[in-house]
Amino acid sequence: MASPYSKELLLTMYRKMYLIRRFEERAGQQYGLGKIAGFCHLYIGQEATAVGAIEAIRPDDYMLSAYRDHGQPLARGADAGMVMAELFGRGTGYSKGKGGSMHIFDIEHHFYGGYGIVGGQIPLAAGMAFASRYRNEDRVTVCYFGDAAANQGAFHETLNMASKWKLPVIYICENNRYGMGTAVGRTSAVPEMYKRAVAYDMRGEPVDGMDCLKMYETVKDAAEYCRAGKGPVLLEANTYRFRGHSMADPATYRSKQEVEEERKNDPIPKIKDYTLKKKLAKEEEFDAIDEEVKAQVDAAVKFADESPEPSLEELWRDTIVEPGEEDVRPRERVLGVKVKWPSYPSGQELKVTWDLEPREQAEKEDKKAGLAR
Amino acid sequence: MAELMYREALNQALAEEMERDANVFLIGEEVGRYNGAFKVSQGLLDKFGSARIIDAPISELGFTGMAAGAAMVGLRPVVEMMTWNFAILAMDQIVNNAAKLRHMSGGQLRCPIVFRGPGGAGGRLSSQHSQALEANYAHFPGLKVIAPATPADAKGLLKAAIRDENPVVMIEGERLYAVKGEVPEGEHVVPIGKADVKREGKDVSIITWSRMYYFCEEAAQRLEKEGISVEILDLRTLRPLDEEAILATVRKTNRAVIVEEGWALAGVGASVVDIIQSKAFDELDAPVLRVTGLDVNMSYAANLENATQPDAAKIAAAVKKVLYREGA
Ligand SMILES: Cc1ncc(C[n+]2csc(CCOP(=O)(O)OP(=O)(O)O)c2C)c(N)n1
Repeated sequence: MASPYSKELLLTMYRKMYLIRRFEERAGQQYGLGKIAGFCHLYIGQEATAVGAIEAIRPDDYMLSAYRDHGQPLARGADAGMVMAELFGRGTGYSKGKGGSMHIFDIEHHFYGGYGIVGGQIPLAAGMAFASRYRNEDRVTVCYFGDAAANQGAFHETLNMASKWKLPVIYICENNRYGMGTAVGRTSAVPEMYKRAVAYDMRGEPVDGMDCLKMYETVKDAAEYCRAGKGPVLLEANTYRFRGHSMADPATYRSKQEVEEERKNDPIPKIKDYTLKKKLAKEEEFDAIDEEVKAQVDAAVKFADESPEPSLEELWRDTIVEPGEEDVRPRERVLGVKVKWPSYPSGQELKVTWDLEPREQAEKEDKKAGLAR
Repeated sequence: MAELMYREALNQALAEEMERDANVFLIGEEVGRYNGAFKVSQGLLDKFGSARIIDAPISELGFTGMAAGAAMVGLRPVVEMMTWNFAILAMDQIVNNAAKLRHMSGGQLRCPIVFRGPGGAGGRLSSQHSQALEANYAHFPGLKVIAPATPADAKGLLKAAIRDENPVVMIEGERLYAVKGEVPEGEHVVPIGKADVKREGKDVSIITWSRMYYFCEEAAQRLEKEGISVEILDLRTLRPLDEEAILATVRKTNRAVIVEEGWALAGVGASVVDIIQSKAFDELDAPVLRVTGLDVNMSYAANLENATQPDAAKIAAAVKKVLYREGA
């Protein structure tokens, strides 16, 4: 049977997943060398979750994540050098070395950040989706978080509001079966996270997060649903991290056997095999991609290593917006590359037409309840 | 000039700013159909509709974070906290997200948002509903903190806060909502970061903010009868502190009393003392004194509640003490 997917799509997915894998491997290495410090949470094993979803949405859709946040921006088109420079704490990083591994932001590619408080980004995502509706834009917001984050109040409070107000947000719970060293079942009364959507009368689905194409299909469908104004979607991507929780974690809480078993599910060879089987590309084409990506990652490490530390004056910048202060992208400030900054539209051109609680309906409900208005 | 209540002045500021800029919306518990728990948003739902005056569920963390997310992409939310006591549940979103977005993104993001609502003690509500919490927020870089005492300042500072490009925490006086005062119509914007000499005097400076201003005024009037001339500096903004104004008043009177509704330890007043002693030590004729809430939880019993808070008598006694007057 012919593949419903184009060669271009398949190779793009492969390239992005391979980039994340190589990037993370090199990041791990550099951590070992002491070039990267702090917490460094690798994404190895979970690449399909990011790449499948990102290929399924528009480049101008909003996205945000937790602290395991190198993969998504890379898949969205972030500069690998600037991400690596951020991990190195250099002035050329996306946050000029002020964010580090857990706080990658690339607004140019609509990646609105990695966040270090478990579950803290979940309400922000709903707010971004709220803004899209408020402005009559048909963007969706995609928000990543882990299985452990689904036990936070922020998750429950936000899903309730998102569903009630039909916000265009796709929540992707990456269930990698552990929150740090704790297996999901030990802390979660309902370990199948997608089922929690039922409590908020919203759409919830499980998806094989080790399969890029399944992620792609599911997110594509979810995005359509959101754009049609039908409300938010909770997806549970069942995935696995091959490494420890962070570089500091030897992951002794799970068996070698379990990890070996899961490694057989590696999403990267999976998509390669599929493409080869469908005869859409040759082995050599993959080899060429591999070489390009390796060179890209080498260049990223070199760029980061050769970049200067941020100047001490940076301490006093970027905490408060001073009156009249123009926003300057880090790229523009450090590398001298001009990029257009997303504008903050002024009020005049904005007409808010959306109604959260249509007046007529409210009046009807009041009448039914015997209340005057 | 119209005479308005503090709550009406706030209402006017909200209405004018929402009129001016369609990016501004209000979200909070009971702000819409109920017209606000303290009636600050009276009539706004009818004027602006449910897309802009949003009744939120009782999910302080959730809707506060949601509003911060909307601000990240250019809307200008005003989040009403039913009271700051409940905003403790939302503190993570205010201090870990809103206050840090710009920094963590290396200047890529801004978060123009106002978190506002009543704070302060009193009203026979016991300890969970009766606390002055502004010191908590004044602690965080990335936030601005304002606490107006008068209706005019309430209007002017709220307008400035809504126009500010940063997250602003506005602590209103729960017991001030019915206080009346002259309020300029229309474009009246009080700059954030500027203190105000509310009463000129020459013998001693009282430095204070929000509701305590009224106790200080009462004390000043009593002291005037005893021939003591008190200057009152209303800080209005607690972050950033108006160092210049603090130093100016101390240089003028050479004596200072700081009056704070909240607890003494790690309070805002402690930072004011720090500014004075490090930059105007030689100007002082007496140690700086603080009058604060007692270091206890608030009681329900009327006599205990009263004893816990600063009042005009305690303030007057402190003033006499820094003047080395007997009987203090
Ligand atoms: C509020 C909060 N509590 C605890 C932590 C420490 N912590 C960091 S990651 C983590 C585990 C989270 O697991 P999960 O949400 O499943 O995401 P995963 O790491 O599996 O991607 C914990 C407990 C934190 N960062 N924030």
